[in-house]
Amino acid sequence: MLVASNLQKEYPSGAGTLAVLQHVSFSIPQGSLVAIVGPSGSGKTTLLGLLAGLDVPTSGTVSLDGVDITRLTEDERARLRGEKVGFIFQTFQLIPTLTALENVQVPLELRGDDGARERARALLERVGLADRMDHFPSQLSGGEQQRVAIARAFSNAPRILFADEPTGNLDGVTGGRIVELLESLNKSSGSTVVLVTHDMTLAERAHRLIRLRDGEVVEDRVKPEAAAGAPSALPAGPPAGRETA
Amino acid sequence: MTPRRWRFIPSLAWRESRTARRQLLLYMSSISLGVGALVAIDSIADNVRGAVRSQARQVMGGDVTFSSDQRFPDSLRAVLDSAAGAPGVTSGTAVTFTSMAYAPRTQVTRLSQVRAVGPTYPPFGDVTSEPAGMWPVLQQRPAALVSPGTLIALDAKVGDTLSVGYTQFEIVGTTNSVPGDPGLASAIGPRVFIGEKYVASTQLLGFGSRATFETIMRLPDGVQSPKWVAPLRPRFQNAHVRVRTVVQQEQNMTDAIARLADFLGIVGMTALLLGGIGVASGVNAFVSRKVDTVAVLRCIGATGGQVLAIYVAQAALMGLAGAAIGAAIGVAIQFTLPSLVKGVLPLDVTVTLVPKAVGLGLAIGVWVALVFALRPLLALRRVSPLQALRRDAAALERARLRDLPSHLVNAGLVASVILLAVSRADTPQRGLLVAGGIGLSLVLLWTSAAGLSYAARRVAARRLPYLLKQGVANLYRPANQTRSVVLALGFGAFLVSTLYLVQSNLLGQFRISAEAARGNVVFFDIQEDQRAAIDSMLGASRERVISETPIITMRVRAFNGRTPEAWAAQKGISARNWAVRREYRSTYRDTLVATEKVTAGRWFAAQRAGAADTIPEMSLEQDVADELQVAVGDTLTWDVQGVPVSARITSLREVNWGRFEPNFFAVFQPRALRGAPQMFVVVAAVASDTTIARLQRDVVTRYPNVSSVDLSLVRRTIGEIIGRITIAVRFLALFSLAMAVPVLFSAVAATRRDRLREGVLLKTLGATRAQIGRILLAEYALLGMLGALSGMVLSFGGAWALVTFVFDGTFAPAIVPAAAIAALMMALAVGIGLAMGREVFRETPVAALREA
Repeated sequence: MLVASNLQKEYPSGAGTLAVLQHVSFSIPQGSLVAIVGPSGSGKTTLLGLLAGLDVPTSGTVSLDGVDITRLTEDERARLRGEKVGFIFQTFQLIPTLTALENVQVPLELRGDDGARERARALLERVGLADRMDHFPSQLSGGEQQRVAIARAFSNAPRILFADEPTGNLDGVTGGRIVELLESLNKSSGSTVVLVTHDMTLAERAHRLIRLRDGEVVEDRVKPEAAAGAPSALPAGPPAGRETA
Repeated sequence: MTPRRWRFIPSLAWRESRTARRQLLLYMSSISLGVGALVAIDSIADNVRGAVRSQARQVMGGDVTFSSDQRFPDSLRAVLDSAAGAPGVTSGTAVTFTSMAYAPRTQVTRLSQVRAVGPTYPPFGDVTSEPAGMWPVLQQRPAALVSPGTLIALDAKVGDTLSVGYTQFEIVGTTNSVPGDPGLASAIGPRVFIGEKYVASTQLLGFGSRATFETIMRLPDGVQSPKWVAPLRPRFQNAHVRVRTVVQQEQNMTDAIARLADFLGIVGMTALLLGGIGVASGVNAFVSRKVDTVAVLRCIGATGGQVLAIYVAQAALMGLAGAAIGAAIGVAIQFTLPSLVKGVLPLDVTVTLVPKAVGLGLAIGVWVALVFALRPLLALRRVSPLQALRRDAAALERARLRDLPSHLVNAGLVASVILLAVSRADTPQRGLLVAGGIGLSLVLLWTSAAGLSYAARRVAARRLPYLLKQGVANLYRPANQTRSVVLALGFGAFLVSTLYLVQSNLLGQFRISAEAARGNVVFFDIQEDQRAAIDSMLGASRERVISETPIITMRVRAFNGRTPEAWAAQKGISARNWAVRREYRSTYRDTLVATEKVTAGRWFAAQRAGAADTIPEMSLEQDVADELQVAVGDTLTWDVQGVPVSARITSLREVNWGRFEPNFFAVFQPRALRGAPQMFVVVAAVASDTTIARLQRDVVTRYPNVSSVDLSLVRRTIGEIIGRITIAVRFLALFSLAMAVPVLFSAVAATRRDRLREGVLLKTLGATRAQIGRILLAEYALLGMLGALSGMVLSFGGAWALVTFVFDGTFAPAIVPAAAIAALMMALAVGIGLAMGREVFRETPVAALREA
């Protein structure tokens, strides 16, 4: 379970401050697939950064499985990410000097896990890249790179996976396959998936949709079929964003 | 953090370094030449020390040497004879003196060192001659073996006759190595070996002539020479006999080697630090390229420590590779150098690999590489994982003021420089001085770079042509390379120029003093009754006599009425002090000469009426007065060939010993010594080389005891030696200059990507190749000029300090060579900058913009 309470993020700007996020609150139950949408500059990526513990809010808290990650040090958050969080980026963000297989191994090796290589192999086979394991990122197509990134994201069996515009750099067909892959992994692994996108086709495939505008939550909608099928996907309380909207 | 989390760091570091290894190795190669220098110096010093240890006995010809300027009295002779009679002990004798050697066939004369050896000399070691087996012949007939250089100097050949004093010897061969005869001496002057029993017939050891009488003892193997000689020492020393053991000999030789190695080591260490600057700049560039990867690693769970460990491991590995290349260079130098100096060293140096020197070089190299790389690498801990999400996030946050690791690394850097300097210098104080000098230079270079940035900002605000303005703006805009380039370039110029200035100053002084001598031929050991005849010989050929100086030999008999032993005890100086024990060759005159300056008291007062009743006055040289612990007002009593002569010190003098003119520790008022037995030294200015040769030949034929030196020949010899040293210095300077290339390359690399991107952008916007070239030229010319000029100015300061305080010389700035070095460094900077310009044109806009 991921709970955001009254999140606020400001940046110094000139003489004053610029509020990028204001009063954002919601909770995401384990196993759900949530899409965060909004136009450019609405604060999506900032929110993703805060939820994933990549950044700290100006005020408010984020708790993952009951741990307030805003109170952790940067290294503690890094360890937490290594244990429980996975990432998929728009630009894939594979390490260019490592092969596909080695890229997938990295999170496991950073944790010191045994059998990293075998697990990475299995994951790459699962995403259909059994014959591309020893290729470097520059030798792979965009879709292949994103599949490697997905395999890497699932390598540590994360409790929650954050995907930042995962299809943004891909053509429609390839993007569709990536989304299918994400959905199937979400179902089979029970990981929560948080998608940030401005692609409404992609967002509509999620169980729940949170819309941001000017740093505030303006819509938080649970799809009925998802509410029935998925574990409780209802917000923990009335979203603060809506109250202030 | 559990150790589990560190298990895979080494393999991850290795894999992740895949494409960066070459780049990183290039940056790390900045330290290679520095490491090479240190490994070469330490290895050669170790080899030479090893040779000294194994050959000290061979070099000395035995275990203990007793030597004196006079024949040993019978009482001591008896002691030596009985010591030599002990089982296992053998001894040999030799008399050494300088004399003119004259080859009648070629009519050439040369001042030579003559060593007359007894039948059992040397007691240890073998003499090799060409043809072989000629050494015993010296005892059988008037035969001479000469050093190979003597044949050349006299234009003689084996079989010729050689006149030494009143005896003619047949040259029966040349010597290759003679124990007790250091090769270095024979490289400098001609050497002649004859049998000791023929010395008397030469009639050269008459009154006042200088000779050294030696007895060398060989002890049974395993006997400690200092212990063996201890009971004999006081008795011999009281009789002014010097006692030297093979242990002391070894010590003296290794000390000299250590001093030389220290000096070269400091140069090598400074070069290594310059390499460190290159490493820091290069790693800085490396870090900026690794930001994206680090951000991803942070996202997927790497802690700051893990990230740092990955890149420190890479830097250490490449540092080790850079140091290994350096060590290989060092070993290559070690194996080639001895063949170049063969014949100069008095030893056969066996070149062997010195694992300790190689290991130490590697360790110091890796350490310097790491400590300099750590500073930029620390920034990787601060890469925000957010960078993976959005690239506009501040990629490398500035270090916080309270960032403890940064402070620790800075402290480690300073401590390393101090430690390296102290470990390399002969004294800790000098080491601290060197470290302080290096630190100060870096601070000044940094300040001048900051000043340039500031000035550029002010200048760019004015109206300048666009291209120039863009170039100037590059000096102050964010992420400029002004500091790194000025630092690297300036420090490189500083090192090369200081090295050059110090050497040229030291050699220059030598050259000046050689040339400043007013005469060009010196005759010495002229007896009183020969003086008039020699004067007339000179007068007959209308040559000018520059000076005619009387010389009286003497020893100190009493200090203010106390015996030398009592005085030494009272003043806390060793009774064996050279100044107390030596034989002084003194003179008398009324006036000061050009090479002297009174530093205390006053020069002799004009003789007053009735002054004959008072004690005569004398002037002592400043340093010898310090050694003897005497001052103006003290009275010294001298033993002038058995006659006591007292004189009061009325002045102290500073003497420039470097000039080729007769100079003295003690100068007396004429009335003190006029009647004493004396010899004369005559300095003359002779018009031509042929006249000098003729005069020398005429004098030596008529008065074989009179020696003469052709100063123009000495000057030529010095010129040759200086020439050889100059080549060595140029090699060192070139070596340092070669070092500056990878260092500068690394310094420029830090901003290479920005430059490339910007150049390509300008190109996309329509800038021509020439325009971009001019922008880069403006920037690099300014950077090069400031760096090179700052380095040059600093080198004047550094060289002045070294020449003045370390070498006790007077500093004369050599502006033209220093400016040439600065110009060369500037050209180097511009060259590297323009090479970048070419890269801009190779790159397609799309590729460069995508990479950026």
